[in-house]
Amino acid sequence: MEGLPILSLMMLVPLAGGLTCLFSPAGAARWIALGATLVTFLLGVVLWSSYEIGGPQWQFTERADLFAGFSWALGIDGIALLLIMLSVFLMPICILASWDAIEKRVGEYMAAFLFMEVLMIGTFAAQDLFLFYVFFEAGLIPMYLIIGVWGGDNRIYASYKFFLYTLLGSVLMLIAMFWMVAQAGTSDIPTLMEYGFPAGAQTWLWLAFFASFAVKVPMWPLHTWLPDAHVQAPTAGSVILAGVLLKLGGYGFIRFSLPMFPEASAQLAWLVFALSMVAVVYTSLVALVQADMKKLIAYSSVAHMAIVTVGLFAFNVQGLEGAMIVMLSHGLVSGALFLCVGVIYDRLHTREIARYGGLAINMPYYALFFLLFTMASIGLPGTSGFVGEFLSLAGIYQTSSLVALVATTGIILGAAYMLYLYRRIAFGGQVNEDAAAMKDITAREWIMMTPIAAAVLWMGVYPESFLAPMRADIAALDARLAAAAPASDARLAPGTPRAEAANALEHHATGHEGMDHSSAEEGAH
Amino acid sequence: MDFAHSFGLFIPELLLSFSGLVLLLVAAWSGDKGARQIAIGAVIVLFAAGFLLVPGLHTGTDGPATLAFGGLLKVDSFALFAKALIYLSAIAALMIAPAFFAGPAAGNERGMRAEYPVLILFSSVGMGLMVSANDFMSLYLGLELTSLTSYVLAAILRRDTRSGEAGLKYFVLGALASGILLYGASLLYGFTGGTSFAAVRAGLSGEMGTGALFGVVFVLAGLAFKISAVPFHMWTPDVYEGAPTPVTAFFSAAPKVAAIGLTARVAFEVFGSQVAAWQQIVMFMALASIIFGALGAIGQENLKRLLAYSSINNVGFILLGLAVANADGAAAMLVYLFIYVAMSIGSFVALLMLRGEDGTLYETFADIRGLSVTRPAIAWALLLFMFSLAGIPPLLGFYSKFVVFQATIEAGLVAFGAIAIAASVIGAFYYIKFVKVMFFDEPAGVVTGRSETGHWVLLALTALIVSPLGYLITPSLSDLAGKAAASLFLPV
Repeated sequence: MEGLPILSLMMLVPLAGGLTCLFSPAGAARWIALGATLVTFLLGVVLWSSYEIGGPQWQFTERADLFAGFSWALGIDGIALLLIMLSVFLMPICILASWDAIEKRVGEYMAAFLFMEVLMIGTFAAQDLFLFYVFFEAGLIPMYLIIGVWGGDNRIYASYKFFLYTLLGSVLMLIAMFWMVAQAGTSDIPTLMEYGFPAGAQTWLWLAFFASFAVKVPMWPLHTWLPDAHVQAPTAGSVILAGVLLKLGGYGFIRFSLPMFPEASAQLAWLVFALSMVAVVYTSLVALVQADMKKLIAYSSVAHMAIVTVGLFAFNVQGLEGAMIVMLSHGLVSGALFLCVGVIYDRLHTREIARYGGLAINMPYYALFFLLFTMASIGLPGTSGFVGEFLSLAGIYQTSSLVALVATTGIILGAAYMLYLYRRIAFGGQVNEDAAAMKDITAREWIMMTPIAAAVLWMGVYPESFLAPMRADIAALDARLAAAAPASDARLAPGTPRAEAANALEHHATGHEGMDHSSAEEGAH
Repeated sequence: MDFAHSFGLFIPELLLSFSGLVLLLVAAWSGDKGARQIAIGAVIVLFAAGFLLVPGLHTGTDGPATLAFGGLLKVDSFALFAKALIYLSAIAALMIAPAFFAGPAAGNERGMRAEYPVLILFSSVGMGLMVSANDFMSLYLGLELTSLTSYVLAAILRRDTRSGEAGLKYFVLGALASGILLYGASLLYGFTGGTSFAAVRAGLSGEMGTGALFGVVFVLAGLAFKISAVPFHMWTPDVYEGAPTPVTAFFSAAPKVAAIGLTARVAFEVFGSQVAAWQQIVMFMALASIIFGALGAIGQENLKRLLAYSSINNVGFILLGLAVANADGAAAMLVYLFIYVAMSIGSFVALLMLRGEDGTLYETFADIRGLSVTRPAIAWALLLFMFSLAGIPPLLGFYSKFVVFQATIEAGLVAFGAIAIAASVIGAFYYIKFVKVMFFDEPAGVVTGRSETGHWVLLALTALIVSPLGYLITPSLSDLAGKAAASLFLPV
């Protein structure tokens, strides 16, 4: 693919599609959006297949100076590659999910989604600090409109909260970026990743970036925008929000906080651990008592993302790999769960769990898919959730057994709330007639569900396909972090070897008498 | 004294003054019937005057060659940049006026008065004098010419009580501000023995006495009135709301450019050796304007009042560039000023286009509910302006905040910048309220009237500048602003 600016092309296609959609009637807009996202996905497949594993760290690089302070610098490593793949994979599914559910202002809706895709690809591919910020921040506009125009009853509150929370987080990051660029003299991300900022300044910079990424991830106690935004957004909006936008926070940690400020990351890892531990337990418990399906899945997202942050700050290869796989897996699984909610919401127009029941009887295929994704969310071996969570927890166990202990309860609680949800929806008697009369999934919904199910199983059975592209990048990051890695409380300390074998103990215990005895014997000899 | 040289530097103002007088005669002769033709004439004259600025802007002029009339005026790159912005704003104010005055908003005296374009012309002359002043005498001359015409413009709807009230308020408080400024200038004259900027600067070097410090504070306070920086901002919402909308659009752009340009020149050229004395004051005014401008706007229902608070908020960001007190900061300030003028004029043009079937103007949040359904083009343009004012990328408003904050951080004012940028989030609240009302609410259906072509042209033009395509002009904008800022920092 020499010379073809494939990353720019991947952004140009949805941009052009979005502009066309803006001025198209509803029917045409749907097909244009689907076409544009599918073409982008195909370009993504080409991108992945021509990505050279074990090749240079940054591939498909493009660089053009725009004007003072900005340059159009794109390029991806394995981490960005997989997250871009996740975005372009979910996008056509989102369009399909909104096919019938969105009836008003379809052109503008599709345009917002396509612009969103441009910005997401741009965020993951940006190699210039300010370019990254522009893409990162610009996503607010389409998402604000998606929630506000096509959302549920309480959409206005949710959209305000989403917008202001994320904006406040990011502006502080911008200040930190100015300082970094003034200090290092470049806004090139690969260069900055190897730049050694003074340790005193690192703490402040880390905190400024943390303000932004912790809101995006989201970490407890900054997570409150998420349940509101998720619940009020239309189905496809929730899918994109959970599937990709939350990953921006995790990506931010792995791309900026860890490599650029390794000392501060080690120094403040306790903060991340503390917040993550609270999040895992607290949001899981909150999820248990939800009566609204979307809210339940939203809270479960917070718990899963806490496992991501725990893995990231484990400072070892397993933790980092695990965090990445959890991010990918959660992108697929929570996206799929929101689609599952959307499927029955489209039929009954309620998200209240109590209104459903016994769907396994009248919607067997739906129940099957829902079961698969529920199991993947719990982390059943053979699904993607297991691989990620296992690696992540194995990684953190090497650093802190306490954090590992608390984070692992998240798996148990996760099983509790997800199985409880599934029992109430799919099993039991058919309590409501209208719920019992619902038809099973349509061909369109089959097309939406099957690819995700396949990807979930693929990632669960053969995760090597996903681990291989980012292995070198994770190793490089691990090497960068090695010097700063905090002392762990679970690392086995080598003891001083005994002078005698363990079974000689009893001999000693007899004390003086024995000694006397043996010396007497010796004397006798 | 080489008058030929001085007049050569002064051609745009001469042209404007002469044409203003001629048009005044025409106005006296033809009455209000010829108002439209007079306005067209004024636009042509302003274009011509603006065209005369281009060569100097392009090459950049500074140094002694730019001094005119024995050092009373200094027509350097900075003055040219500010004048270009002023003329552009004046042209916009003339283009949007006739349709407004023809509608029922103008009360029972329909039609534009012939004085309107003439007053705008003279106001532009005054503002040109302000930004090129190099002596407290010429400063005051320009300031008063601008202010007096502004008072009349605010009250130009004679039978409308709100307009009259706006004019009176503006006059009383403006006169007070001028008095404060004059008092400060007289103190400075007393302590330094001169009125020319160079003489005052020389007198202020070294240890500064309390009296001179008072002079500095009074001069800055008087100027803060003119740029409506907190704590001297109280008149702004009332005047903006009461004045006819085209006049408000003019006020939010041209006099602001002139007053900020003047403040920058005074701060750097006169008080340049005493940065420590005024930097704190400007920093306080910047932060207070950002915060109070944002807080004050939250409760507003009237869109003009809201935009008045928004302009206070934006002045805060502009002062941020001034507080940095170096050439980068001044250049960032000028870039911000340009982008602000575009956003401001665009927003007011959009407001002027919110007309009912009979031409009634609507100006509250309740009226623009669901505008994206009834008038999508206006709604999308307003969406661009509002997100741009909130500083969300990729719109050009982000770039203006970007350069200002970059200059702030590079100068080492990290905590100051962090507080200011966090406060900017408060402002985002009411900008996105605009979007919420237009896009999320059910249509009110009152905005149904058609708008004239001139409005559409201006709206499209400003929207284009604010859109991501506007980044194409940033290289030349930065270049011009850099040259203009550099001319303020010549070694003395």
